[in-house]
Amino acid sequence: MGFVANTLRLNAEAQTAPLLSVDDLTVSFPTKGGGHNAVVTGLSYQIAQSETLGVVGESGCGKTMTSLSLMGLVPGRGRVTGRIGFEGRDLLQQSEKQWRDLRGREVAMIFQEPMTAMNPVMSVGQQIAEVLKVHEGLGQRDSLDRAIDLLKAVGIPSPAQRARDFPHQLSGGMRQRAMIAMALACRPKLLVADEPTTALDVTIQAQILDLIIELQEETGMAVQFITHNLAVVSELAHKILVMYAGRGVEYATSEQLFDQPLHPYTQGLIQTLPDPDRKVDRLHVIHGSLRVQPAQGCRFASRCPLASDECRAAEPILREVAPGHFVACVKVN
Amino acid sequence: MKPLLEIDDVSVHFPLRQGFMQPGLTLRAVENVTLSLQRGKTLAIVGESGSGKSTLGYSVAGLRKPTSGAIRLNPQRQSERGSGGIQMIFQDPFSALDPRMMVEDIVAEPLRLGETAFARKERRAKVAEVLEQVGLPADAANRYPHQFSGGQRQRIAIARALIGDPELIVCDEPLSALDVSIQSKILNLMDDIREKYGISYFFISHDFGVVRHIADQVAVLYLGRIMEVASADDIFSKPSHPYTQALFEAVPRIGRGRRQKGHALKGEIPTPLNPPSGCVFHTRCPRARENCAKVRPKLEPAPGRPGQLAACHYKD
Ligand SMILES: Nc1ncnc2c1ncn2[C@@H]1O[C@H](COP(=O)(O)OP(=O)(O)OP(=O)(O)O)[C@@H](O)[C@H]1O
Ligand SMILES: Nc1ncnc2c1ncn2[C@@H]1O[C@H](COP(=O)(O)OP(=O)(O)OP(=O)(O)O)[C@@H](O)[C@H]1O
Ligand code: SF4
Ligand code: SF4
Ligand SMILES: [Mg+2]
Ligand SMILES: [Mg+2]
Repeated sequence: MGFVANTLRLNAEAQTAPLLSVDDLTVSFPTKGGGHNAVVTGLSYQIAQSETLGVVGESGCGKTMTSLSLMGLVPGRGRVTGRIGFEGRDLLQQSEKQWRDLRGREVAMIFQEPMTAMNPVMSVGQQIAEVLKVHEGLGQRDSLDRAIDLLKAVGIPSPAQRARDFPHQLSGGMRQRAMIAMALACRPKLLVADEPTTALDVTIQAQILDLIIELQEETGMAVQFITHNLAVVSELAHKILVMYAGRGVEYATSEQLFDQPLHPYTQGLIQTLPDPDRKVDRLHVIHGSLRVQPAQGCRFASRCPLASDECRAAEPILREVAPGHFVACVKVN
Repeated sequence: MKPLLEIDDVSVHFPLRQGFMQPGLTLRAVENVTLSLQRGKTLAIVGESGSGKSTLGYSVAGLRKPTSGAIRLNPQRQSERGSGGIQMIFQDPFSALDPRMMVEDIVAEPLRLGETAFARKERRAKVAEVLEQVGLPADAANRYPHQFSGGQRQRIAIARALIGDPELIVCDEPLSALDVSIQSKILNLMDDIREKYGISYFFISHDFGVVRHIADQVAVLYLGRIMEVASADDIFSKPSHPYTQALFEAVPRIGRGRRQKGHALKGEIPTPLNPPSGCVFHTRCPRARENCAKVRPKLEPAPGRPGQLAACHYKD
């Protein structure tokens, strides 16, 4: 009796515990003076199975560094601290070999420019087959068959023929599909997508977004989708993390964030977008630039219309102001 | 009064050489395009990648000769400074400015003044004036492009376009390399410039929010051909052509909730080397019927809307 109840509870916990739990993630690079410059500071968020988290923010706010941390791929002498909990273990405590086993198999990443992630001198089908050989131990014949199935699953017409093409022979949209096929080859539990549609036409972007949603429904994978396009995340994400200068400034469900954005930066970002359905005389602007940051206090203070002395005293961190809605601003209660 | 710009049945073809003694292929990048632009107005050109937007823009700016047809500019101002009344700004503010040149020389380039002391003085004054107009400090003149952010570089490009006192500026996706918070500033700046100096824009973009904001007139290109052309108000409130409708539908929007699958336009833009017969859109059109592959639709008014032209047998 007790045993059954316990097992049931454990199962329930396993289902509700987030797949990914990032805690106090900080990424920094050494500076010339011998110090460290943090480009991501104290970031915390969770993603559950079958859930999509959208990460948005301006160029340089640390979106890509955050994703690369999850893959153990932060470049150069970058230092990553904090905790990246994935299925109960801390990825930051792993050996390089454990990272290699994880990458591609449990966590996979797709990039804005597929060419950077693909081998230009190997056919698309063979590249996917190689992944399958390494991770699934399939032979040449079987792995190539599976690769063709995967190309078909991501909507590439005449997949057997396309499998023989080299990356440069495919259009941008097809290359992106092929990269998704490669990323999904081993049914990863988490897909990290870094601006995968930014370089594509809206019609092709719509196809790729549909594809990601479809694959997620089928496989239950979690998705971290990075973009600077708020409209894209509004159509894709269950939860959204808004970043500013390496910090999380607002973290909420998609409904909460768009129905009631609370951080002045989020509000500014939404207002500044020209709306295809409504013409205004003058567009809203966020003054100043991300590059100008005060030495202490709120990083957005130099651009914030509400800034006052109180904001410059200490840096606000994310606080839960309504169930599931977190904001880093002293003026929000 | 004559429109500022008249594009009269313009086609731009690129002959592609195959092997020796093989028949050459022709890529029809722009095909029989007729458009006009009124003084002080903005004409936006939209369409998917490869639809011929930039090629048409280069032709308007005089940088590429059309294979057939005519492009006429009817300037009003006497352009004593020799820029021919048209300037162009490009998508990428990082590669468009010569990194070895000082901002002053970049901006003054269209002036083509001599090297006399008087010319140098006038040049400096003029550069300072346009830099101020685009919201850059005067000392920017003595710096190099790499010392500026993307948004500031695009301002430099706009300053260069403005200095020759043009009546028309061809803008080829001038915002797409910039962050959203910078885009709105540049758009407001372009609005101001248009009003103050009576400038018209030939504005190439694939961002429908931006087009809604800036355009008076919108032309939709597909495989080098005009699918629809109308005032922005008409085309945004009631697109007539199935392709325009599909494009609008594909634009992500805030406030629609999680996306409904299955509305996306299928397939990709076909190769312009071998465009589909009849209506070039028929291979992807959700409304296509048998005669669409046979008969090429003419660009004609939508039912009850004489100013809204669409090339479709079954237009709305
Ligand atoms: N190898 C590196 N060494 C030092 N700093 C770096 C390095 N790579 C990136 N950075 C800095 O880290 C910060 C965050 O960069 P990141 O690429 O994560 O931004 P992003 O949000 O992805 O921007 P974008 O939207 O332009 O892709 C930037 O300020 C960048 O200059
Ligand atoms: N110099 C050239 N020689 C041969 N073909 C060309 C040349 N320039 C453009 N093309 C072709 O003409 C067609 C139209 O290209 P263009 O650059 O005008 O499209 P676009 O609408 O501006 O696309 P994008 O949105 O990607 O900028 C494309 O098929 C392109 O490959
Ligand atoms: S803490 Fe102050 S400066 Fe920062 S976002 Fe809130 S109101 Fe603006
Ligand atoms: S003519 Fe036919 S194929 Fe072309 S847009 Fe109209 S309905 Fe579609
Ligand atoms: Mg990035
Ligand atoms: Mg172009």
